[in-house]
Amino acid sequence: MSQSVGINFKKSSIDALVAGFLALILFGPIVGVLLDGYGFSAEFGRVAWMVAIVVVGRFVMSCFFQTEKGVAMAFRYANNDEGATVLSPNHKSKMVWIIPLVILVGLLVPFVASKYVLTVVILGLIYVLLGLGLNIVVGLAGLLDLGFVGFYAIGAYGLALGYENLGLGFWSMLPIAALLAAFAGAILGFPVLRMHGDYLAIVTLGFGEIIRLILTNWASFTHGPNGVSAPLPTLFGLEFKRRSKDGETFHEFFNLPYDSAYKYMFIYLILFAVVWAVLFIKHRLVKMPIGRAWEALREDEVACRSLGLNHVLVKLSAFMLGASTGGLAGVFFATYQGFVNPSSFTFFESALILAIVVLGGMGSTLGVVIAAFCLTVLPEMLREFAEYRVLMFGILMVVMMIWKPRGIVRVTRTGFAARKGAVK
Amino acid sequence: MDIVLQQLVNGLTLGSVYGLIAIGYTMVYGIIGMINFAHGDVYMVSAYITAIAIALLTFFGIESFPIIIIGTLFLTVAVTGAYGWVIERIAYRPLRNSSRLSVLISAIGMSLILQNYVQLSQGANQQGVPTLLTGAIRFTVGDGFVQITYMKLLILFISLLGMGVLTYVIQKTKLGRMCRATQQDRKMASILGIDTDKVISTVFVIGAMMAALAGVLVTLDYGAFDFYVGFIIGIKAFTAAVLGGIGSLPGAMLGGLILGLSEALFAGLISSDYKDVFSFSLLVLILIIRPSGLLGKPEVEKV
Repeated sequence: MSQSVGINFKKSSIDALVAGFLALILFGPIVGVLLDGYGFSAEFGRVAWMVAIVVVGRFVMSCFFQTEKGVAMAFRYANNDEGATVLSPNHKSKMVWIIPLVILVGLLVPFVASKYVLTVVILGLIYVLLGLGLNIVVGLAGLLDLGFVGFYAIGAYGLALGYENLGLGFWSMLPIAALLAAFAGAILGFPVLRMHGDYLAIVTLGFGEIIRLILTNWASFTHGPNGVSAPLPTLFGLEFKRRSKDGETFHEFFNLPYDSAYKYMFIYLILFAVVWAVLFIKHRLVKMPIGRAWEALREDEVACRSLGLNHVLVKLSAFMLGASTGGLAGVFFATYQGFVNPSSFTFFESALILAIVVLGGMGSTLGVVIAAFCLTVLPEMLREFAEYRVLMFGILMVVMMIWKPRGIVRVTRTGFAARKGAVK
Repeated sequence: MDIVLQQLVNGLTLGSVYGLIAIGYTMVYGIIGMINFAHGDVYMVSAYITAIAIALLTFFGIESFPIIIIGTLFLTVAVTGAYGWVIERIAYRPLRNSSRLSVLISAIGMSLILQNYVQLSQGANQQGVPTLLTGAIRFTVGDGFVQITYMKLLILFISLLGMGVLTYVIQKTKLGRMCRATQQDRKMASILGIDTDKVISTVFVIGAMMAALAGVLVTLDYGAFDFYVGFIIGIKAFTAAVLGGIGSLPGAMLGGLILGLSEALFAGLISSDYKDVFSFSLLVLILIIRPSGLLGKPEVEKV
């Protein structure tokens, strides 16, 4: 390491030129020749810019990795796949103060925020729920589920179709949709979970597409691409509409002027409570034997099976739990939109949820919550960059895997120590 | 009867295309044990390059069909091969020693990048190529007739040629021997002086080139494409690779043909709306019943 004091500019220049040449081959046709009917229009300016960026970037990178700092950095990133940070046994978490504060602020949000902000926050919370669900599957159990959107769709369509065909409302469908999604997860997962993890990824990807194709093509039941309307939640039978066919509406009962923001406030409050419930359940599960089994299986499957863990059942429990959380999120999505159609459940949604988990950190609850808000609220604010959204997610996934595969927020775990007075 | 025969013809060409793409999945899986999720999108890129090459060649006043098709094949295969190399270099090589989950997520990221990159630079609209080769052979069968277009014959000919050349390269040349050695035992191969990183790069390039062949042929036959075409065909080619036994080269071709034929028959006789559902269900079924595929060896996990 010590002899690499000087930077070999000749080598860097060659690197940069090779990269530039490759960039020319790659970007030349796709970026430089814009198809227009059967003809084309040349856009060589764009290619020149991109090639220039690649050449300069490669040159700077090549120089940097020859400096001592660069070598140290390359070394560090080559070995950064460590697990959780272990805290000392008598570590006191600051969360004891932060959590009540967050709950308090969260409860105040619907009463101070505008309707628009409220809808964005609801969407953010739905993605928190989805992120938490997928985090159990991908983050904790290490099973790559690319069809998570399928469970989301089951929840959303469960509410809409359950209301249309069986007359079931929001409150009865909330648990039923979670069970339905979990059941679908079990049917899908049971045969597949015996196999190698990579296959699971592609089978779940296929499953997500099958669900979407069925929703699109089975028009007599799902109304195809036209979609179905979904009911709003009710407060002890009081509806949140302007007028109600049967019984009183919320604003009539309380003698308030009608305001469409009430329904969002109500959805927000229920969703907020459900998110906290899921957070709590997940927090406890991770510390229970089943949660430890998930993580152990993720780290080394062969060792776990040798020690007598039933890998199929352990994986299945994670898969079903994740699926049911996805189903819950679907119910909220349907009632929040008031309407569902198949175009909300494309592979892109699965990729977005996966990006949330990847960015937040595998298995980290706090990270997922933050990432879910970042990835849903930020694009809402930066509307003019909307078309670069998918590109950003893709780059994010690749860069995160190379740079910080465990996510931004590292998982922490309190260490163990012998009790005072225990026999040593 | 004529429908069955017609669908058999269609299925055969469809299947040979699936087989070509499946080669990319199966070789990469065989050598580094990962599913290259971006492979379908490499195919999609090659469809765009095909249209661009045809537009360029006609712009330079080339009219004769053989020159256009050879020029397009050459350009598309070369540029797509470069894409294969760069993708491996950027998204997979830095993760050579990471967990499988990391590589898989990186591959999905790469797939999203490719889709959005093409969408941003070429627009989200559907694109097309002009019909260059017309005409067909017709047979009368009973009351109806079976039609084999010259384009379908060309697809069969070129894909069989491509598979033949690849089989020769893998079985008879030094490069092929290096590939097979790396596939069997990467560590041992590198001890014996094979630059395994280079071999892995080569495999990615070969896979991308085969996908490019398929891209040119399908684009010429079908005419229209958009930035999303790689997704469905990618999953189907993967199904073909799994059906034939992932890691096995003849398996990929066989799997492609079986999948193409059964899908075409399903579409023709039962329902064309649900033909994608049929293929995905077939994938799940194979994985449940015989995960090692028709010609593959069962995977044994060693500690």
